[in-house]
Amino acid sequence: MMKKVFERVYLALLLIFMYAPIVTLIVLSFNSSKSRAKWGGFTLNWYVNLMSDEAVASALVNTLTIAVLATVFSTIIGTFTCIAMIGISKKMRSVIMGITNIPMINADIVTGISLMLLFRFLHLSSGFSTILLAHITFNIPFVMLSVMPRIKNMNFYVYEAALDLGASPAYAFSKTVLPDLVPGIVSGALMAFTMSLDDFIITYFTKGSGFETLSTLIYSEVKKGIKPEIYALSAIIFVVVLVLLFIVNRAPASKTNKK
Amino acid sequence: MKKRIISMILSVAMTVSVFALSGCGSDSASGENGKLYVYNWGEYIDEEVIDEFEEETGIKVIYDTFESNEIMYAKLAQDSSAYDVVCPSDYMVQKLIQNDLIQELDFGSIPNSANIGAQYYESASDFDPGNKYAVPYCWGTVGILYNKTMVDDVVDSWDILWDEKYSGQILMQDSVRDAFMVSLLRNGYSMNTKNEDELRVATDDLIAQKPLVQAYVIDQVRDKMIGEEAALGVIYSGEAIYTARENPDLVYVVPKEGTNVWIDSWVITKGSKNVENAQKWIDFMCRGDIALRNFEYITYSTPNTVAQENIEDEDIKNSKVAFPDLSTFPTESYQYLGEDGDKLYNDSWMEVKSAD
Amino acid sequence: MKLFKNKKSAYLMSSPYIAWALIFIVVPLCMVIYYGLTDSHGAMTFSNIATIAKPGYLKALRRSVVLALASTLVCFILAYPLGMILSSMKLKRNTFLVTLFILPMWMNFLLRTLTWMTLLEGKGVINTVLEFLHLPTINIINTPSAIILGMVYNFLPFMILPIYNSLSRIDDNVINAARDLGANSLQTFLRITLPLSVPGIISGITMVFIPALTTFAISTMLGGSKILLIGNVIEQEFTQLYDWHLGSGLSIVLMIFILINMVVESIFDKQGGLS
Repeated sequence: MMKKVFERVYLALLLIFMYAPIVTLIVLSFNSSKSRAKWGGFTLNWYVNLMSDEAVASALVNTLTIAVLATVFSTIIGTFTCIAMIGISKKMRSVIMGITNIPMINADIVTGISLMLLFRFLHLSSGFSTILLAHITFNIPFVMLSVMPRIKNMNFYVYEAALDLGASPAYAFSKTVLPDLVPGIVSGALMAFTMSLDDFIITYFTKGSGFETLSTLIYSEVKKGIKPEIYALSAIIFVVVLVLLFIVNRAPASKTNKK
Repeated sequence: MKKRIISMILSVAMTVSVFALSGCGSDSASGENGKLYVYNWGEYIDEEVIDEFEEETGIKVIYDTFESNEIMYAKLAQDSSAYDVVCPSDYMVQKLIQNDLIQELDFGSIPNSANIGAQYYESASDFDPGNKYAVPYCWGTVGILYNKTMVDDVVDSWDILWDEKYSGQILMQDSVRDAFMVSLLRNGYSMNTKNEDELRVATDDLIAQKPLVQAYVIDQVRDKMIGEEAALGVIYSGEAIYTARENPDLVYVVPKEGTNVWIDSWVITKGSKNVENAQKWIDFMCRGDIALRNFEYITYSTPNTVAQENIEDEDIKNSKVAFPDLSTFPTESYQYLGEDGDKLYNDSWMEVKSAD
Repeated sequence: MKLFKNKKSAYLMSSPYIAWALIFIVVPLCMVIYYGLTDSHGAMTFSNIATIAKPGYLKALRRSVVLALASTLVCFILAYPLGMILSSMKLKRNTFLVTLFILPMWMNFLLRTLTWMTLLEGKGVINTVLEFLHLPTINIINTPSAIILGMVYNFLPFMILPIYNSLSRIDDNVINAARDLGANSLQTFLRITLPLSVPGIISGITMVFIPALTTFAISTMLGGSKILLIGNVIEQEFTQLYDWHLGSGLSIVLMIFILINMVVESIFDKQGGLS
């Protein structure tokens, strides 16, 4: 019994540690006093200001555009490569996987710097395209690591059977192999998307003039002094994430129940 | 192992994807008359002025800010075409000229540059011989901002930043030249010294001061002083009017040992792809009404004589903070110290920053 | 395995990625090594790497290692009991709880750090509350403790997940068998649970240690630029001092740490026989 109580308390304490700061931010985002120490009454001003803030809006658009594009490209490249790996010698495969692992294991700061050096060397003017290339690069490994296990465990007898029964390779592939890969591809894509959204360090080193993502914008804003608008922004992001999480968690649960 | 983590995380990742639906489109469209990449100090312009410039000229401005001259220089050295028009300080203009990163201006295309007072061009000729490269934008001193409810002593010397009474209440500038200026002047040396012994003393002094320092910051000094997070801070004179407005307990002083008189000027980069637009920008910034609006917004002293005459608030017009009489304290300006000098200062600064 | 008619087509299909990986992974790393091993005139030199031995730089590195180790340790101490509690729960509840613990990861990394800035400042939220309760205030902003706190807060989920995963995969029968054979809880824990969770622990350690060792944003934001970590030094070389050679040289030093980490992880990965 004691043990149960202790466990509950421990869980509660850790949850407080994780969430108390976020709750505080949300509370502060409604504080009409600019000072963090005083409660000046309830206000929605910071939210209103945020909506009309062009810098934040364009940083948000940039962040999302890059994340979506990087996810699409990295998912396509990653998936095709994983499929191709089936027909490649074991040795070559492990070499490729070894290289693929580098961006995951390497420190972000080194990855960021190395890409910056490359882009300077190639005289690519930094900005949207360089960030996109960098994001695709660090996203591909997440896609591959999520698709590869499915490929390894797959059996191709069904595919061969389909061919024997006269299906064209493309048709057979899309009907037998692809469906098995979809969960892996989806997870990989989602992972890539998240990584892209959250990245700061690599973006920081590869971004160019006049181009900000949310992360780099927040970093430079913080250096100027924290504005309450940023609290409002974090509150919005957090609530959106929370709501969506509950929706997503509910959806698969109801499906499995029906089964 | 990582694979499993990935799959764990996925369920949550799903949620974020909806974000994607909320925003689309691109804003990289250029104006009818092309683009202009401007690189300026943070909080150093009335942003409405930028909009007005865009409307009036049809030029799309891509506006970026930097925190210190050094950060700005690293960007330009990497790629001088990244920006068209930049606003460095005196010594940095000198360094940019010497390293061939900025170009000579065609003053004929910048008629409003005549609004800048002659004495400022004269000061500028120290770092820009013959006034070929730079048009002054703002100028000022560096001093101590203190909160009179938190400091009992008379603040008239840089020494107070070493007073243990104010441990944890002091904000220092997080830029190499400004930090060393304080400790060099306090020890009676020139802020442009290249004497290693003198620099050694200054370095040790800064290291001794470090435990008393709450933080090394640049733009944050302003907000932290207004929010009474600290009692004393090293700050540029231009912030003094603004901070006093926001918190009447804040007082700005120039210490008796003297200070750095600085001028920030507009220059056009060597690699600029939009030189004409850059000229238009500088010309616009030199217009009397625009300079006045910028002055009223950022409160940094303007060298624009038209703007100076039109300041409505008599208190500010005659303010000793905004327009100090430079004969009342010793003054000096930073000079570019050459590659060796830079290295000397950077190494010493590294030593200070990495000290415990 | 007849997906491909011949090997050629498989190679052809993988060639775009191979090219991509060469250009964007291998070449850039070679460039870091090249810059790190040359001076501004292009001559070979080890002086960039050797700079790490200079007092200021060594101090920054040592400080980074100490802070990274400390935060990894704190993460471990917090995460292990949590992993045990979570893995002993019924499936449905624990997925929800685990998700709850990693949810803050989906807020932007900088926002998470910013939160602690707001909380810890001299006149920040925590001190205001403490003052209100007439309790002594705390002053840890701009100290190493604040940085450790920031690292723990940011990287704790990286420790929780692998530990939880390896613990939840331990077969209950093994533990029951040990109990039946007369082992008490402590013995069961030390001889069964702990050894079986080692791969998760190692994975967690490497996943926390590397980002903690190389961060520069956390130390800038929570350390008031007073506490210089090796990440800050490298960042400065690139963004302020414009010395790419030195910055690359120091990055090579970092890569050595990462390499050690990799080796350790692969040794345990094999032993654990995971995945």
